[in-house]
Amino acid sequence: MTANTETNISSAPSVDASEVIISIDAMHKWFGDFHVLKNINLKVHRGERIVICGPSGSGKSTLIRCINRLEEHQQGTIEVDGTELTHDLKNIEIIRSEVGMVFQHFNLFPHLTALENLTLAPIWVRNTPKAEAEEAAMKYLERVKIPEQAHKYPGQLSGGQQQRVAIARSLCMNPRIMLFDEPTSALDPEMIKEVLDVMIELAESGMTMLVVTHEMGFATAVAHQVMFMDEGEIIEQNIPHEFFNNPQNDRTKLFLSQILQH
Amino acid sequence: MSESNTPNPNYEPGAHPDWPPPVKTTGVIGWVRLNLLSSPLNIVMTVVALWFLGTVIPSMIEWLLINAVWDAENRVDCWKQMTFPGDPDYLSKELPRGWVQPGGCWAFIENRMSLFVYGFYPEPERWRVKLSFLMLVVAVLSVLWDKMPERKFFLWYAVAFPFLAGWLLIGGFGLSPVETDLFGGILLTLILGVTGITFSLPLGIMLALGRRSKMPVVRILCVLFIEFIRGVPLIALLFVASTMLNYFMPPGTVFDLLVRVLIMVTLFSAAYIAEVVRGGLQGIPNGQHEAADSLGLNYWKANRLIILPQALKISIPGIVNTFIGLYKDTTLVLIIGMLDPLGIGRSSLADAEWAGLAREVYLFIAIFFFISCFSMSRYSIYLEKKLHTGH
Repeated sequence: MTANTETNISSAPSVDASEVIISIDAMHKWFGDFHVLKNINLKVHRGERIVICGPSGSGKSTLIRCINRLEEHQQGTIEVDGTELTHDLKNIEIIRSEVGMVFQHFNLFPHLTALENLTLAPIWVRNTPKAEAEEAAMKYLERVKIPEQAHKYPGQLSGGQQQRVAIARSLCMNPRIMLFDEPTSALDPEMIKEVLDVMIELAESGMTMLVVTHEMGFATAVAHQVMFMDEGEIIEQNIPHEFFNNPQNDRTKLFLSQILQH
Repeated sequence: MSESNTPNPNYEPGAHPDWPPPVKTTGVIGWVRLNLLSSPLNIVMTVVALWFLGTVIPSMIEWLLINAVWDAENRVDCWKQMTFPGDPDYLSKELPRGWVQPGGCWAFIENRMSLFVYGFYPEPERWRVKLSFLMLVVAVLSVLWDKMPERKFFLWYAVAFPFLAGWLLIGGFGLSPVETDLFGGILLTLILGVTGITFSLPLGIMLALGRRSKMPVVRILCVLFIEFIRGVPLIALLFVASTMLNYFMPPGTVFDLLVRVLIMVTLFSAAYIAEVVRGGLQGIPNGQHEAADSLGLNYWKANRLIILPQALKISIPGIVNTFIGLYKDTTLVLIIGMLDPLGIGRSSLADAEWAGLAREVYLFIAIFFFISCFSMSRYSIYLEKKLHTGH
């Protein structure tokens, strides 16, 4: 992947600079004795797209998993769309229904068809009538270009198709924020593009996105900001052009040289 | 190699996708070759098995069916009928010295059939038992057959069935009361089995979830319960039910023995179900919990819609195994004096008219249990195949 892609949409004026939708302040997290996230401060504006990269074990996945409380932070505050994440289960449920998440291993529900995967949460969390939920789900399946797979089970779909169903499943809840945790790392090379295409289309629609990925072409094309993490800290954050062409920190330089070499 | 009769001449030279597979790999011959004669050891084992079956099956059929007697007054009548077949004057003849019974005396089972089915349930009221058997068939059908018309209604009926049938049998609905110590035979087995199965499954699932709960009080209570019940033999629990349980209750409460036994059997089986289901729950990858959480499903909805359907599917063989065990263990109530089919069989053998026909009695009971348990096992295999969605 090259860092110099001409199709750059990150300059699109979709970021509302006045409205902060995710606000993380002096946040720390430990796994047992292991200090996995150290003093994280991050503001994400509505419509902003941030790509997070870093070596494995740097805490990037843990960071985005804290935003919908799949992981609990121990110090500092996380506020999502005006709701603070605490032990209050009500707040957690509100935030989860507004934050969509896409996983590295898709995590589709294998006992349900693609369509049932999509309609489950609208029906059971939002109380949408079944017919209405199915109609909306078909719309999203068309958006990710696999309406013909609606009645297949995840086990009968390719990795790329599964990940697109997983994206559509999150979109069915009309989330205001989408979190992507290495969405293409488990895919065969020939399937990465079909998933990235869906993500680029989503970016163009103005979705707020936090994406953990090493797809630097994607970062250049759609990100407003690229963030580099190492050993639980945010080392460097910049607009893609500056980040790739003019990295400041030595660790960033080393990391970029390692992933951009080939 | 003539290209004139090949409909599609575009094949590569030497390739013949239109040719059928070689005769020796398909059909009956192919199957026999593959499964019975694939190696020298396999050939030897096939021959030994055939010899064994050839020796056992004819004499078995002879004893069970050909020499068997289906209609007789008492055991002597039965024995003489099978020893002197076709002889109109058989009753006056003597059995030879060193005589061995050449066939089954099924007349005995036929004679005692109503006892085997109803126990001592009063004769004029037996229509209630028949009705409840019929109700059971409908209830089982609605649970097992997923394309049943109006299934939703019938499922609610299946939930209500144990209570409806129990009420009917003990004399609800304004009918004359029947004491539960008159219940016996297959009726008693079915009451114990059906009640144990229907109540131990939900209870076992709750215990399994409780054992994995993040709340320490719930978790510890569930662990203690499961480990205690698993650590005590069912017989001991049944003795507790029959002798001690009333001491624990407030004075004056009369607590039917059958109800006490039902509770014990249910708790016992629930503890085992809980461990089977816990194994299934552990087989569900964490990603499924995370996906359910990230969509905003709460604990109960996530379990009901995502986790349990998958965990129970994995657990089907273990669950059915536990059910079959429970069903057969119902015969243990014999020890606390309840008359299940084994108890009926033993008391029937005490009758001087029929004494000495133990083989017939125990064979009959064995066949009854085998049919029940084998059907459960086959249904579980069918269910596993049906729920398989290719992952």
